[in-house]
Amino acid sequence: MTEQRFHPFNLVRAFVRPIDPVLLAIMAVLLGASYLLMLSASPERAQTQLVNSGVALCAMWAAARLPPQRLLSLAVPLYLLGVVLLIGVALFGETSKGAQRWLDIGVTRIQPSELMKIAMPLMLAWYFQQREGMAGLRDFIVAGVLLAVPVALIVTQPDLGTSLLVAAAGLYVIFFAGLSWKLIIPVVLVGVLGLGSIVVFGDQLCQPGVDWYGLREYQKQRVCTLLDPTRDPLGKGFHIIQSTIAIGSGGLLGKGWLEGTQTHLAFIPERHTDFIFSVLAEEFGLLGALVLLGVYILLLARGFQIALYAPSLATRLLASAITAIFFTYAFVNMGMVSGILPVVGVPLPFISYGGTALVTLCLGVGILMSIHRHRVSSTD
Amino acid sequence: MTEFRSPDQEFQGFRRRVVVAMLFILACFALLGGRFYYLQVERHEYFHTRAEDNRIALLPVVPNRGTIVDRNGVLLARNYAAYTLEINPSRVRKLDETIDALAEFIDIQPRDRRRFRKILEESRNFESVPIRTRLSDEEVARFVAQRFRFPGVEVQARLFRDYPLGGTGSHMIGYIGRINQRDQQRIEERGESANYRGSDYIGKAGLELSYERELHGTTGFEQVEVNAGGRAVRLLAREPATPGNDLELTLDIELQKVAEAAFGERRGALVAIDPNDGGVLALVSVPTFDPNLFVDGISTQDWQALNDSPDHPLLNRAIYSAYPPGSTFKPFMALAGLESGKRSIEQRMPDPGFFIYGGHRFMDHRARGTVNMHESIVVSSNTYYYQLANDLGIDGIAGFMRQFGFGSRTGIDVPGEAEGVLPSPEWKRSRFRTPEQQRWYGGETISVGIGQGYNAYTPLQLAHALATLANGGKVFRPHLVRHVVDSRSGERRLIEPEPLRQIPFKARHVEAVRKAMVDVNKSGTGARAFAGAPYEVGGKTGTAQVFSLRGQRYVEGKVAERLRDHSVYIAFAPAHNPSIAMAVLVENGGFGSQSAAPIARQVLDYHLLGRKPGQPAGEDEEAEESQ
Repeated sequence: MTEQRFHPFNLVRAFVRPIDPVLLAIMAVLLGASYLLMLSASPERAQTQLVNSGVALCAMWAAARLPPQRLLSLAVPLYLLGVVLLIGVALFGETSKGAQRWLDIGVTRIQPSELMKIAMPLMLAWYFQQREGMAGLRDFIVAGVLLAVPVALIVTQPDLGTSLLVAAAGLYVIFFAGLSWKLIIPVVLVGVLGLGSIVVFGDQLCQPGVDWYGLREYQKQRVCTLLDPTRDPLGKGFHIIQSTIAIGSGGLLGKGWLEGTQTHLAFIPERHTDFIFSVLAEEFGLLGALVLLGVYILLLARGFQIALYAPSLATRLLASAITAIFFTYAFVNMGMVSGILPVVGVPLPFISYGGTALVTLCLGVGILMSIHRHRVSSTD
Repeated sequence: MTEFRSPDQEFQGFRRRVVVAMLFILACFALLGGRFYYLQVERHEYFHTRAEDNRIALLPVVPNRGTIVDRNGVLLARNYAAYTLEINPSRVRKLDETIDALAEFIDIQPRDRRRFRKILEESRNFESVPIRTRLSDEEVARFVAQRFRFPGVEVQARLFRDYPLGGTGSHMIGYIGRINQRDQQRIEERGESANYRGSDYIGKAGLELSYERELHGTTGFEQVEVNAGGRAVRLLAREPATPGNDLELTLDIELQKVAEAAFGERRGALVAIDPNDGGVLALVSVPTFDPNLFVDGISTQDWQALNDSPDHPLLNRAIYSAYPPGSTFKPFMALAGLESGKRSIEQRMPDPGFFIYGGHRFMDHRARGTVNMHESIVVSSNTYYYQLANDLGIDGIAGFMRQFGFGSRTGIDVPGEAEGVLPSPEWKRSRFRTPEQQRWYGGETISVGIGQGYNAYTPLQLAHALATLANGGKVFRPHLVRHVVDSRSGERRLIEPEPLRQIPFKARHVEAVRKAMVDVNKSGTGARAFAGAPYEVGGKTGTAQVFSLRGQRYVEGKVAERLRDHSVYIAFAPAHNPSIAMAVLVENGGFGSQSAAPIARQVLDYHLLGRKPGQPAGEDEEAEESQ
């Protein structure tokens, strides 16, 4: 080792070593697809998205270089910082588009809720690590509280999409930490029954004047519009109607790159961000959509594989939760764009335009790479 | 919840959960895949259509409206292009503020604002509404420089309808106006909605209304690709509009002008028809109005001024007002006497100056001893016709007069014609309610014989009947349009050159009546008006009673102007081969020889000699030679 220290090849090796080639290949495909779709959906943003991708890959590399133990030692400070910032947002935050999400810290504006997407699973994984081998009911309750505080803060901003993702991140850790099925199954049942009753009694519940406890009017409208997009074809239903038209008109093989009429005549709203999947489905058809699903499955499979070989309970929980979060992004986004889930502001992971979300996601991939590098069977 | 688990047990548990999670994920993705399959394969056709509907819009291309010219090609109705400033109400939230802002650099009068409001209310869709028409080039330039401030406001080049002669012939030419909800309904009932997509105007009166189908043309379409904002981004296909067909009239607009001028300030009507084909040479109703006022929606003041005027300028007297024909009825009565065999041409009848029927004495102006048919027309004897009416009986009169079209619409090609009244016992029965009113009295027949009583005909009917008399019994449908000129092929379609029917008069009888009418203007009641005329003209004066004096003597000066008799005159010329037959009516003009006959003289001088009133006599000779 010592005699090779100054060898140029060694530098390259040091640079490349943290990288997992499988995840990198998947990233390359997804970011490449993002660039291609951006050229179609919003060409003036393609350049920026390329820069975003570069920055995000750097973040990924940096995270991949951090050993898992160093990462876990950051769990508590990051979590506390996140909560403090969220409180700051609630008190001094800037309002844009009816929601208070941004905090001006002098140099730039930041969105602390984004930080919680990483800090939350990290914190809970760290917590369960402390209780290794003896996680009891009390620990799950503590975890629940650790989860509930930031989620509540984000819900009140209000930001349903992000709070959903943060909550999901925490719940995944709790799930993989071994929360009893006896508790999970009833909750899932209640959830399914609740959703089912909304679908069945949607018409009555969506009458004006009916208050949905805990949800804002616009959130209620989103659910109602999903149940019946034709209720408001020019207003709130327009997004869903137009994106399903885009997807459906794409057919088996699509209309061809740059040929999507829904995309290029601006019928698809937010086509470079949350609705970019309808651009893919319109221009590349069912084939393109299934290929994307396949790439995501590869990513998730790789993520779980890394989790199974993770060196410790905390890294195991962290890796599996991050992987499950990727799934949540992908499923909620494609579900909403294709009209089976309500419109919540969740981007299509690694593809939608936007630097912050991309950096967060790539930090997650970097953490996976770091855990992979320190896997149990590793002789590194 | 195992408090004491070995790391290995725990790892096994974790592995199970990863497997469960992966299965759940695959199930969710399968759900998505199924949804994609449903949208993209099962319902592809539907969504494909929806996307095409989104993308492709059909924009109407409004055809140019056909023009109207007189028989010599003088333009009576034309189109010209001008810029309008239009506001799309669906894209402008604060209309008043926007208009105020526009008014800072474009002249917008309160009148323009009122019209804008009116059009907005009547608007049938959410298309753009003009706030100012006929912008100057400078105004267009000023707006273009400020355009960015006014989304939803645009300058459009549009075709406008213009009636260059203003009031001349306005009742007959008519006008177009903006399509209102009632018009829209009518369009829908006729199933022409597609052809009126994009059209803002429709014929509202006169020829513009009756020939709407010819003039409008066929709307074309542009198939364009539109973006979500509704803006056309690419032209895909184009089906050009077919312009409306042009109308060439039988009308001589110069004759019309001469006739209108001859009335001066008086109210009345004049209808001149070519007896050879029924073509209308002049159709005058005075006072006239300016049809240009109506094109963009008439203002309230203009409307009130027209509508409230005691002279009723909007009334088309030539075809809608019915007047008693007075003595102009006599030539037709005379022919009825000859044709029925109740009179012969030379038969002399006693004329003591009155006629007694049922104990009532029907008075004449003077006693003449005896008169024959010829003299009865020349001097306008009443007694001769009292007796004749009595001999013919009301059914005989009505039956004969019906052939001339008295009391029924002539079918002229401008809308709004009145039926008039051809009195008969049947008419009385349908007109009145109580049996007492419905009864026909023999005395009423006597009045009908001299063109008074219930007789009421439009000037058009009178001219039409005279034309039929003048040409020996050929009945044409009077018409204003000679040719419809096909805009594509240039083919000129002739309108109604064939007679509807021939009334089988004996030529000898017709000739005798015509000869008497010629002598009216040589030695009779029209002699003064036609003194020195270098052509032979047949005519008959008449006086239509407005107000019954119940046996008192009528003294003109003592009767209020509006209650004075109407002056009527009919004439055809040249006598032996008539090219014009006309009826003139001057409301409250007194005797026929007083007001109406001089007007007829001016019209005939122009028609036959090309001489306009006030022109030096030097041109007469030339014209005379060409006769």
